[in-house]
Amino acid sequence: MDFRWDIIQEYMPFLLKGTLYTIGLSIAGIMIGTVLGLLIGLGKITKSKLLSIPLNCYIGFFRGTPLFVQLLLIHFGVVPAITGETNVILATILALSLNSAAYIAEIFRAGIQSIDTGQMEGARSLGMSSAQAMRYVILPQAFKRMIPPLGNEFVVLIKESSIAAVIAAPELTYWGRAMASQYFRVWEPYLASAFIYLILTLSLSYLLNKMERRLDTK
Amino acid sequence: MVIGPSGSGKSTFLRCLNLLEAISGGHVRINGVDLADKKIDINKIRQKTGMVFQHFNLFPHKTVLENLMLAPTKVKKVPADQARNKALELLRKVGLSEKADAYPDSLSGGQKQRVAIARALAMEPEIMLFDEPTSALDPEMVGEVLEVMKQLAKEGMTMVVVTHEMGFAKEVGDRVIFMDEGYIVEQNEPLMLFDNPQHERTKLFLSKVL
Repeated sequence: MDFRWDIIQEYMPFLLKGTLYTIGLSIAGIMIGTVLGLLIGLGKITKSKLLSIPLNCYIGFFRGTPLFVQLLLIHFGVVPAITGETNVILATILALSLNSAAYIAEIFRAGIQSIDTGQMEGARSLGMSSAQAMRYVILPQAFKRMIPPLGNEFVVLIKESSIAAVIAAPELTYWGRAMASQYFRVWEPYLASAFIYLILTLSLSYLLNKMERRLDTK
Repeated sequence: MVIGPSGSGKSTFLRCLNLLEAISGGHVRINGVDLADKKIDINKIRQKTGMVFQHFNLFPHKTVLENLMLAPTKVKKVPADQARNKALELLRKVGLSEKADAYPDSLSGGQKQRVAIARALAMEPEIMLFDEPTSALDPEMVGEVLEVMKQLAKEGMTMVVVTHEMGFAKEVGDRVIFMDEGYIVEQNEPLMLFDNPQHERTKLFLSKVL
C-alpha cells in the first residue's frame, strides 16, 4: 500500500487551522458547560421541586438523545429562530455546552453529595450560612473528587466536537473530510486527523493527572 | 450531662439545641430566645453555641490553624492576624501548639477532638454542646479530651454533654439528665441521681453501666 505523505503535507495548514477550531470549540464548550453544569448541579441539590422538575427534564433530554440530533435541532432550529440566520460556530458551541452541562451537572451533584454530611454540620454548627459552608468547606473537597470524571467528560467533549463537521463547522474532521473527497483517499486524511485528536486528548489527560496529583499532596 | 441508652434520643435532644435537627413540636428556649420561632436567625444563634461531634468533623482540606480561623474570619469577619492569635492561644490551651500547620489526617483521634473543641471555642461561644465526644476514641485517648473539657467546666463555660463516661458525668456535671425512648425520665444533681436514682428505668440502666 502506498501512503501519500505529500497530500498530508499539502493539507497540513488546513488540518492545523481545523485543530485550532477544534480546540476553540472544545474550550468554549467546556467552560460554558462547566458553569452551566455547576448551576444545574447546585439547583438539583436544593431539593426544591420547582427547580428539580425542569432540571431533571433538561438532564433527561440532553443525556437521552443523541448529540448529533441535538446539534441538528440547534443548528437548523434554535439558532435561526433566535438570530434569524444559521451560524455553525454558535450552533456547535451551544450544542456542546448544553450537552456537556447535563453530564457535568451530575458529576457536580455526585461530587458534592459524596462529601460526608458531618462536614456540612460542622460548618453550620460554627454559624456559617449554607452558601458559606458550600463555598469554603464542601466545594473545595468535592472539587478534588470531581477531577477524574470531569477530565473524562472534557476528553469526550473534544472527540464529540468532530460531529460539527456535518454542519460544515471548519474544524479538524471537516478538513479531513475535505481532503478525503479531493483526493479520493481514505487512510491519509482520517489517520492524520485521528493522530491530531490523540495528541489533544492525551495531553489533556496528562495535564489533569498532574493537577490531581498536585491537589493530592495537600 | 445527658446520659441514657442508645437510641434514647440524647443526640437528637442535643441537636435540637442548635437546630441541626428540626424541632417537630414544642419549644426550646435559650437565654429567652425560642428556637422553634421561625423568625430567628439560626446562624446568629449557632455562632454563640459551639458544638463538638462524635466524629470530629474537622475540615480535612485545611490545616489545624485554618480549621480554627475559617469561621471567625468568614462569619464574624475578624481580621486574619487577630483570628490567628486567638487560634494559637486556643491551641496552646488544648496542648496542640506544635500541630498548628498539620492537616487533620495526620492527627490521632484524641488530638482531632481537642482541635475540634478549640475550633468551636474560636467563635467565643456562650454555650458548648458535646455529642458523645469520646465515643469514637481509643480508650487511651479518652482522658486527654475529658481533661480539656474539665478545664473548660472549671472556667465556667456552660456545657451540655451527651456522654457514656459515667465517672466524668458524676464528677464534672452540675445536673444529670437521664433519657429513655425520647423522654427525660429523671434529672437531678449527679450525686443524687447516681447514688439514689428514683426511677426503675434509671436504676436498671445504672446497674448495667456502673
